[in-house]
Amino acid sequence: MDTLMHAPKTAAKNANAPLLEVSNLSTEFATYAGTLSAVDGVSLSLQPGEVFGIVGESGSGKSVTALSIMGLIKKPGRVTGGTVRFKDEANLLDKTPAEMRKIRGGQISMIFQEPMTSLNPVFRIGWQIAEVLQIHREMTRTEAWERAIHLLDRVGIASPAKRAREFPHQLSGGMRQRVMIAMAMACAPSLLFADEPTTALDVTVQAQILDLMVQLKEEDGAAVMLITHDMGVIAEMAQKVAVMYAGVVMEEATVEELFDSPLHPYTQGLLDSIPRKKSRGQSLKAIPGIVPNLLHLPTGCRFRDRCAAAHSACALADPPLQTMPNSTRKVRCWLHHPEPPK
Amino acid sequence: MRNYLLKRLAQTIPVLFGISILVFSMLHLAPGDPADLLLGPDATPEAVEDLREDMGLNRPLIVQYGAWAGRIVQGDFGRSVVLNRAVLPEVMKRFKNTLILTAGALAFAVVFGIGIGILAAKFHQTVFDSAAMLVALAGISMPTFFTGIAAILIFAMGFQVLPSSGMYPARGGDFFDLMRHLLMPAVTLGAVSAAILARITRSAMLEVIQQDFIRTARAKGVSEDKVVWIHALRNASITIVTVLGMQIGYLLGGSVITEAVFSWPGLGQMMVRAIQARDYPTVQGGVLIIAMSFVFINLAVDLIYAWLDPRIRYS
Ligand SMILES: Nc1ncnc2c1ncn2[C@@H]1O[C@H](COP(=O)(O)OP(=O)(O)OP(=O)(O)O)[C@@H](O)[C@H]1O
Ligand code: SF4
Ligand SMILES: [Mg+2]
Repeated sequence: MDTLMHAPKTAAKNANAPLLEVSNLSTEFATYAGTLSAVDGVSLSLQPGEVFGIVGESGSGKSVTALSIMGLIKKPGRVTGGTVRFKDEANLLDKTPAEMRKIRGGQISMIFQEPMTSLNPVFRIGWQIAEVLQIHREMTRTEAWERAIHLLDRVGIASPAKRAREFPHQLSGGMRQRVMIAMAMACAPSLLFADEPTTALDVTVQAQILDLMVQLKEEDGAAVMLITHDMGVIAEMAQKVAVMYAGVVMEEATVEELFDSPLHPYTQGLLDSIPRKKSRGQSLKAIPGIVPNLLHLPTGCRFRDRCAAAHSACALADPPLQTMPNSTRKVRCWLHHPEPPK
Repeated sequence: MRNYLLKRLAQTIPVLFGISILVFSMLHLAPGDPADLLLGPDATPEAVEDLREDMGLNRPLIVQYGAWAGRIVQGDFGRSVVLNRAVLPEVMKRFKNTLILTAGALAFAVVFGIGIGILAAKFHQTVFDSAAMLVALAGISMPTFFTGIAAILIFAMGFQVLPSSGMYPARGGDFFDLMRHLLMPAVTLGAVSAAILARITRSAMLEVIQQDFIRTARAKGVSEDKVVWIHALRNASITIVTVLGMQIGYLLGGSVITEAVFSWPGLGQMMVRAIQARDYPTVQGGVLIIAMSFVFINLAVDLIYAWLDPRIRYS
């Protein structure tokens, strides 16, 4: 079992073949006030083993993007378009619920922001981990329980056999998130969604949890889609980043490119809002204004009403996500477009 | 769990004590002298005085209570003035019948109430959901005597498929006869509880389904049936059991009316007659048995509750 789980992932047929390729993903929610596009044509691609960050303010559509890919959008939400290619699988969005269940928790898994509420309060944590193994690995109860104890040990929980018999309320926040990680990594997935995995934790615990995620992903060779609004976490963990705003990707670049030379005014605003050692004590430069109501987006560029660089072109049309010449980075802004509208 | 059990058991002691004081005082709080009450208006003063001496009524109350409580603990509930027989066996015989009726009503309420509640939550905002909740609302608003009389008119008088009264046919009968006689009274008595349970179950399930840990279960690849019947129901059952406990109390109390409508030979019927006949020992015995069963049902519900909710069990 161990050798199987820790063996390096079989090399992809084509070294450049992405593990996950999302194109034009759109998800809508029917609300009383109207239908809103929480995710509006998002395209992303992840290489095997890569850490891909998604940043953006609250409500920009980060979680909905991840849940849409996982097939976890529930009424009143609905995925309205796009394709999701994962490994050699056909479009995930066309799969039946039963087919998606085989993938979820096995090859693609997810950990959530709130370790307090993300574990079932009435079941022993060992049972909750064992359940994944029984579903995807066809283990017996006892095998799965043994394996769960081993996994608890692996995520750094002391006296795992005793802890396995405990209930979530008997664990600290950090330990609960370790349990969530053990559960997510139980079947050695090749893709892990981590939706703000450390936001609810103490600063010291945050670093430990991030270290643990890095260690496990290295051991298992998993790719991670790391969702956060913490630019510091992105800088530390990710290789590539997508910046989301109001349901669309505004900029996509490598971490170095993004931090050295952010192109999009929104990205620049986000970076300016990071507390730096030098400026400690000074008030942070937050982006003025608030995230727009998705039902009433401004015409033209959706960032227009908050953008310091807004100009006449910005009101005329919504800028497309444009690949920059001689690079792979992409940006959605008329300032960086060869032919802005006049 | 053991600590919780001991703590909870210890809590019942003062409650039982309080009940015994109340029941003991019934005789003394009623207007007039207990010996007068027991013997009735035609008794001679000598007879009354003899009884007063016999009953120890001339001794201090505290001594009287001690003697009475001592006899109760030994199972001596006194003699029925009307039947001139020991109270306890008579009361227990009737109480058994009341328990059969209550258990039947409870079974109906649990199976239909909880079952329909779960299905209504699972098929939320469908025709099934709306229809079930409409029926439940009607069930809650219908008084028991009305449901009972309507049932008798339809099934006993109209279609003549079910007996209208009693527990057995006059010539005696077997278990099957008992079930035939039990069906209407049990459904009548359990209807309101079933309706309440259906609504509570539905709302508890709908609330639990919104929780983060349900999303986690789905993210693990758990099937939708297991999400509903294991992950959600196990959490919702904590709320359901609380309401169920209250319903058992209601069923025991509510059985009086149902027993009257269906001439079910239960404790309620007996108590009504005993009160009319001023048969105080019987009234005391009946009240004591009912009060004690309330205490133990509550205890059982709390223990089930603790067993269902580890946050209580391990705290
Ligand atoms: N169940 C829902 N019903 C209606 N609208 C929803 C629902 N879930 C999400 N949305 C909409 O989708 C938008 C994007 O939500 P999402 O949770 O993806 O944001 P996010 O980027 O993850 O933000 P956060 O940082 O707060 O987690 C929200 O603005 C909200 O309006
Ligand atoms: S298109 Fe215009 S408004 Fe939008 S980000 Fe670029 S400069 Fe700002
Ligand atoms: Mg989110």
